[in-house]
Amino acid sequence: MTASDAILLALACPLIGAVLVGLVGAFTPEDPETGGNDNREGVTLAAAAATFAVVLGLLPVVADGSRPELLLMEVLPGIPMLFRIEPLGMLYALVASGLWIPTSLYAFGYMRGHHETNQTRFFVCFALAIFAALGIAFAGNLFTLFLFYEVLTFSTYPLVTHSGTPEAVKAGRVYLGVLVFTSVTLLLLGIVTTWHLTGTMEFMPGGILEPAGVSGRTAMGLLGLFAFGTGKAALMPFHRWLPNAMVAPTPVSALLHAVAVVKAGVFTILKVVVYIFGIDFLADTGASQWLCWAAAFTLLSSSVVALTKDNLKARLAYSTISQLAYIVLGAALATGAGALGGGMHIAMHAVGKITLFFCAGSIIVFAHKTEISTMDGLGRRMPITMGAFFIGALSIIGLPPMGGSWSKWYLALGAAEADQIAFTFVLMISSLLSIGYLMPVVARAFFLPPKPWTDAHGHEHPAQTERAEAPWLVTGPLVATAVGCVLLFFYAPELRELLLPMLDTAAATAEVVR
Amino acid sequence: MSDPVVVQAALTDHLPVLQVIVPLLAAPVCVIFKERRASRALAIAASWLCLYISVSLLGTVLDHGAISYALGGWAAPYGIEYRVDVVNAYVLVIVSAVAAVVMPFGRSEEGLDVDPSRVHLYYAALLLCLCGLLGMAVTGDAFNIFVFLEISSLASYTLIATGKGRRALRAAYSYLVMGTIGGTFYLIGIGLLYQVTGTLNIGDLAVRLEPVMQSREVVVAFAFLVVGLGIKLALFPLHQWLPNAYTYAPAKVSAFLAATATKVGVYVLLRVLFGIFGVAFVFGQLELHKLLVPLSLAAMFIGSIAAIAQTNIKRLLAYSSIAQIGYMTLGIAMANVSGLTGGIVHLFNHAMMKGGLFLVVACVVARTGSARIEDMAGLGKQMPVTMAAFVVGGLSLIGVPATVGFVSKWYLVQGALQRGWNWAAVLILLSSLLAVVYVWRVLEVVYFRDRPAGAPDVTEVGAAMRIPTWILIGASVVFGLQANLTVGVAEKAALVLLGGAG
Repeated sequence: MTASDAILLALACPLIGAVLVGLVGAFTPEDPETGGNDNREGVTLAAAAATFAVVLGLLPVVADGSRPELLLMEVLPGIPMLFRIEPLGMLYALVASGLWIPTSLYAFGYMRGHHETNQTRFFVCFALAIFAALGIAFAGNLFTLFLFYEVLTFSTYPLVTHSGTPEAVKAGRVYLGVLVFTSVTLLLLGIVTTWHLTGTMEFMPGGILEPAGVSGRTAMGLLGLFAFGTGKAALMPFHRWLPNAMVAPTPVSALLHAVAVVKAGVFTILKVVVYIFGIDFLADTGASQWLCWAAAFTLLSSSVVALTKDNLKARLAYSTISQLAYIVLGAALATGAGALGGGMHIAMHAVGKITLFFCAGSIIVFAHKTEISTMDGLGRRMPITMGAFFIGALSIIGLPPMGGSWSKWYLALGAAEADQIAFTFVLMISSLLSIGYLMPVVARAFFLPPKPWTDAHGHEHPAQTERAEAPWLVTGPLVATAVGCVLLFFYAPELRELLLPMLDTAAATAEVVR
Repeated sequence: MSDPVVVQAALTDHLPVLQVIVPLLAAPVCVIFKERRASRALAIAASWLCLYISVSLLGTVLDHGAISYALGGWAAPYGIEYRVDVVNAYVLVIVSAVAAVVMPFGRSEEGLDVDPSRVHLYYAALLLCLCGLLGMAVTGDAFNIFVFLEISSLASYTLIATGKGRRALRAAYSYLVMGTIGGTFYLIGIGLLYQVTGTLNIGDLAVRLEPVMQSREVVVAFAFLVVGLGIKLALFPLHQWLPNAYTYAPAKVSAFLAATATKVGVYVLLRVLFGIFGVAFVFGQLELHKLLVPLSLAAMFIGSIAAIAQTNIKRLLAYSSIAQIGYMTLGIAMANVSGLTGGIVHLFNHAMMKGGLFLVVACVVARTGSARIEDMAGLGKQMPVTMAAFVVGGLSLIGVPATVGFVSKWYLVQGALQRGWNWAAVLILLSSLLAVVYVWRVLEVVYFRDRPAGAPDVTEVGAAMRIPTWILIGASVVFGLQANLTVGVAEKAALVLLGGAG
């Protein structure tokens, strides 16, 4: 099997998986009480494992410096559906497909525990979303990226509106409204303009704008179209869809709205900055300076908003917005270390945040709590869940020995390389803020005694002390990802080695290697 | 005497006229049959034959260049010339392909809303309408266009009037009034041109107009032609007849007309602007784009906003058509290769998606008996396959990548950028967002509401309705992923038109 075949196979696994999940779900009975179906869940797990295996098989090829590609077909004259794997896309594909496995296991436990209906539709759309994420990761030109970007938008809509309640439908409107508005107007305009200016849409090391003689001013405008057009990156003011998407079942919030969908956004920005604009071109023209400030604003203000949220999932959502802005900032700094830090943060934040969401879901289903103020003493009742939460929180804050510390290190380094110490301070302040919004959850859970609380329906509950730990299908995945946070700290050099070639141009590499 | 090779050669030579004769002869035979099964079978056979003829014509034209056919052996400019080049071969394929798919839709009278004793008349009218539309496209004679325009119009008044209730009659009547005004304007324009040049042949007109371009008669003729055709193709603000006509016609007729009638109108406009008058006169001297661009943009926005406000799904799709026609005329107004390619390829693309969507509605009406959006509540569960077709068609209307809608939009935006109209590029993209709103309004009702209290459960439609629907809906995805063919032909057509080769 050649690497090209492997690309096709990697895309086919989740797609065929989606079809099979649908068929098996339609023709085999569900458990009437929990809505579960072991055959269907088996197919999901097999598809997830197969996808990850194929993607993992591509890793050594890409790490050796080759760039496997696959020209699927010519869609429009001169505009093919082209896939080409470069380091950044490899990393994103690994993260998305790798985390699909624990999320699937977690989803089986969660959906059954929550007695959710329409689980077949749920798992079909989930597989389709992974298919779209891999398409984005492997896209070799802007057209292919845009195509799968929109597939991802529309395949996740049924997941956001899964419950079908008026609240969910309303959130779905915001979700679709923001994501489609930004992508169809700004992003598409940016893509057509790029095509119009350069006559190509392919991602090229070093960028395609400078050779085409595009001026710095035009590049600045174009960067605006890309940065705000990629609504999935949740750059303010186009961030509202993300907190709204939290009405979805928690596995969706965990994998899609902490990993696949939002990372698709920042991945797009990072990839466009590196391979369309070119870091050196941006550094020379200063066309991305404004984006540093826009990202810094989002980064700080959403951290402050997170402090004010009592609902755990809402707090995590605003934390995600802030962390995404780290990656945008890394891209906008236009230095090698910044881009590297941004790339690493895609992986580090993914593993950390998915852990936190897994814990939040576990708390919702098995302790029936959504508000942080009711979680006093929860650490005694759910020690595994809250322990994992603690580790995930440390990684998000960026403390060793968690993976998150490395990406923040490179981001800070990137700001220093660019002689923009202001942004180093921004990063520090934001880290302090993240301590402020994450640590109280842990502190309440472990250090405060349980107290009486009132749930969302107005029912009074006495202070509870009995164990409420989730079953292994839920705790297993969240322990696994928590361990992943620690492992990533030690595997950071490998990540760095993988990503370094994306900087390609000698100057940018020298900055980091020195 | 009857050497098969000679007969075959002779038939191939006569393909341009057979394109019109087949449906023209099939129509009276339907009336003679007086039997609904036989007339349906004949209509299907005739439409499939038409599709075969048009595809072979397109193949010939692509390989060997334009075909000129002298009707009755009388050479142009004295006789009537049928002239087939890439532009009209392409339109012939669109019209006959839609006819070939829509004609078999639904078993016997199912989904027709027609009195069973009159089904044969209904098919006769449908065939005559097809004949008129094909004739308008195939002929190279400006007056002959008028003749076929009237044939297709009269047939479509009849078809609309077969719809249920008095409103169908009123809709047909107001279409008749508007259509007649349009036809008359067109005729006046042709008359003036004949007075100036003494010819009716389009190719000949272009040559003979050259020295007299500056005369007032020519400018007046131009104005009459554009306004007359503007009514026929429902160019904003001359679109008033369209929503009622599409709403009250039987669903199958709506599907056929929406996918073909306005498209042929756009084609004739293209022929008149680029074939008779030429780019230099139309856009250089008269600066038609200064009129056409605002009207197109108004169509795109007002049509879409009106669509959002509708409570009847057929009317919603009708207003959406007005908006989509705005895309086509905007592409024409750009008068560059990309813009014109976008406009021309949208003829095909819109035919596929709108035809498919109207067929979906025909399925819904056949089952629920209602075209009100409210009454579609809960159908997502009860007619999942049909509603999935609506989702795909709706995404295509929005212009999501991998659908035909995206292909058209891509070329239109590019054409706008090439022309330096950056604001138009932004407006094209913004207007497609309005499509999100009106499509999603329907989808939310379909998927998130329960069946209305007391409404009987409905079942999925049968294969005779499902297959034609999915052919058109499927085409709107296939040609969105493999647009080389359609865009290639549209681009050639645009080059022919801009080259003035006629």
